[in-house]
Amino acid sequence: MSKNIKTISNPKIKLEVLTQDDVKKIHEATLQIIEKVGVRFPSKRALEIWAANGADVDYEKKIVRVKPQIIEDAIKKAPPAYKLAARDPQQDLQLDGNHVNLGTDGCGVEILDINTGEKRTSCLQDVRDIARVADATEEVAFHWVSLSAQDTPVESRGLHELKAVWENSTKHVQTESVYNVEEAKAAIEMAAILAGGKGNIRERPMLSLMQCTAPPLGHDGGSLDAALLAAEVGIPTGFMTMAACATTGPITLAGDLAVGNAEVIAGTALLQLAFPGAPVFYAAAQTASDLRNGSYTGGGPEDFLFGAATNILADFYNIPLSMGAFATGAKEPNWQAGLEGGLSSFMASVVMSDMLLGCGFLHGSRIWSFAEMMMDCEIFSIVHKMMQGIVVNEETLAMDAIAAVGPGGHYLGQKHTRKHMRELFMPQFMDRRPYSEWETKKDDARDWALAKARKTLKEHQPDPLDAKISAEFEKIIKSVEKK
Amino acid sequence: MLEELYKEMAQSIIDGDSDISAELAQKAVELKMHPLDAITNGFVVGVTYIGDQFGKGEAFLPELVMAGEAMKAAIAVLEPELLKLGESREMLGRVVLATVEGDIHEIGKTLVGTMLSASGFEVIDLGVDQPADKIIGKALEVNANLIGMSALLTTTMVRQREVIEELDKEGLRPRIKVMVGGAPITKDWVDKIKADGYSEDAIGAVKVAKQLVGKE
Ligand code: B12
Repeated sequence: MSKNIKTISNPKIKLEVLTQDDVKKIHEATLQIIEKVGVRFPSKRALEIWAANGADVDYEKKIVRVKPQIIEDAIKKAPPAYKLAARDPQQDLQLDGNHVNLGTDGCGVEILDINTGEKRTSCLQDVRDIARVADATEEVAFHWVSLSAQDTPVESRGLHELKAVWENSTKHVQTESVYNVEEAKAAIEMAAILAGGKGNIRERPMLSLMQCTAPPLGHDGGSLDAALLAAEVGIPTGFMTMAACATTGPITLAGDLAVGNAEVIAGTALLQLAFPGAPVFYAAAQTASDLRNGSYTGGGPEDFLFGAATNILADFYNIPLSMGAFATGAKEPNWQAGLEGGLSSFMASVVMSDMLLGCGFLHGSRIWSFAEMMMDCEIFSIVHKMMQGIVVNEETLAMDAIAAVGPGGHYLGQKHTRKHMRELFMPQFMDRRPYSEWETKKDDARDWALAKARKTLKEHQPDPLDAKISAEFEKIIKSVEKK
Repeated sequence: MLEELYKEMAQSIIDGDSDISAELAQKAVELKMHPLDAITNGFVVGVTYIGDQFGKGEAFLPELVMAGEAMKAAIAVLEPELLKLGESREMLGRVVLATVEGDIHEIGKTLVGTMLSASGFEVIDLGVDQPADKIIGKALEVNANLIGMSALLTTTMVRQREVIEELDKEGLRPRIKVMVGGAPITKDWVDKIKADGYSEDAIGAVKVAKQLVGKE
């Protein structure tokens, strides 16, 4: 465990939602899609890279069709494991297949105000506050830039957000909010300053970049160009598919996996063709669409199955995975939010997804709630505990204690009990009190979670970022704004 | 016999079968049926049925979308005949719809388009990543009375304002009304940019559109 970070490792629970044969079929379907149907790459730079590497490029439609061999060879160049660096090196994260690292959710647009509880538009101060609270929790291993700083200029917004997180936390930062060339260049400059030079980014990447694919079977131009810039300097970069059954993907789960896989694998191959060995990751938040209103469900059984299936695919390609979890359509922290957070995080963790996104959101990744964040963290802790499984050995079989207590009596007075009692899970937010106590207070998990967030925000002081670095960041941001 | 044919027409829409609906429309032409009779007594009955079922939660989006496609296929055959007679279908209004420049989120906009057409609007869907001049240009070209703009990013919602400002500058409002939508769009934003209407979902979008064209 790194300093102040709880990650899941050495799992004792296993789940096989896809057999090796299933994976092979999905892989073959994927290659066939990329070769025959093609994938859209609306970026001049991307199309040129494809053409130079023997792909069939339709410049007018911006669709690329690629022979399986080219894709397979390219993917093999991706490093299977690497680390995400943190400002505090003791908080570096291993993406090695044996760690599940929790991140916050990101890029939301509204927040339930921590003091008033009212829903309002997100601003820069919110990004700072969330970073600070996340810095203090041991469950959150890295940040996804949580909210959109809507009180900052559009052209530099993604940079203000990055600066805000780095200034308020020593943990690794991943962003989804940098999706054009200008901001990507500036973000790389910022990462270079933190790493002590552009050449050091590869060794100490304190920033990683996530870009969405554009399902079905496409990419976004700005996202592609930003990803290429990042991959070039060794910033870990991933493409996330959100292909959703019925709207942007086939209605059947296997078909949806194949479409999403084709998007991610084609995008990843592009990065490897351009910069062999660049650290890349697979990212996914596949789900189903609601048949009545088309909304992105971000929950439900299909979502949970995707959560467990995707790491099997990422393992097959031997690259780390960032898996969307904790998404919920719930409007407040309630039954639905708990259920969806619980099952999605469990299913994605049990297969050892390297990065687990993301705690804190309601209403389909749109509204931040501090209470939800804290309760999601507790869910992660429960999953963490479950993944340790049941240890069976002489000590845990407790034969001495069993003999000492005999039939009848209790174990409360046993040394063995005292020795192991802290191994039992101690919830922070579960109600196990007498009924009458609840009746007089009528409070619950949401109140306690919010209280904890408020206390943390008030008390926690993260190690500050060097003022000189802050000033340099400011200069970089200003230069983007002047343009 | 005529009743039978009307029923088949409605059924082709309910089944979402564009081949059959086009075939039946062709048959209507051959039988020298008045195109508006075929539309009103036949095909529209199917659309209304699916719409009602959808409203009750018993039909699903794919059925609605496919009914819309089947309707389009029938209209494509009947419209030229109607023009020959010097007549046209009565529509509730003409809407130019787009996702704004820099934004590629498509589904919400498309669903709004589907619901609008199912409710009797003529919809010209420009697609995603559409700059202001394209949107306004198209609206002028087709003489639209409504522009619908979708934006799902906080960085692209400002484009909605640009379009509205441009329309105002050219004195094109209130002739062209503007409605907006998308994940970050709030009532406050709508007031701030002085849009004429907004909705959080596609069914609401139809209500707003009807109000804006004075058909509610
Ligand atoms: C699916 C999705 C995508 C898909 C879209 C696929 C496609 N082909 O359309 C993909 C994967 C491409 C995508 C990409 C990105 N996305 Co996105 N995406 C979503 C998601 C999860 C759901 C959107 C959706 O389809 N909903 C279903 C439809 C039915 O609902 P809807 O769009 O809201 O539309 C309804 C209403 O809003 C309304 N409406 C919509 N338009 C209109 C128009 C009018 C006139 C009216 C009246 C009503 C109306 O009616 C619709 C029907 O009910 C949202 C989160 C969310 N829950 O909204 C994020 C979200 C919008 N995306 C987000 C982001 C950041 C991105 C990316 C920038 C990420 C990246 N770095 O690559 C890119 C965008 C690149 C670009 N330049 O556009 C953020 C945006 C917030 C912000 N801070 O700006 C969100 C909120 C998620 C998040 N928290 O990260 N995304």
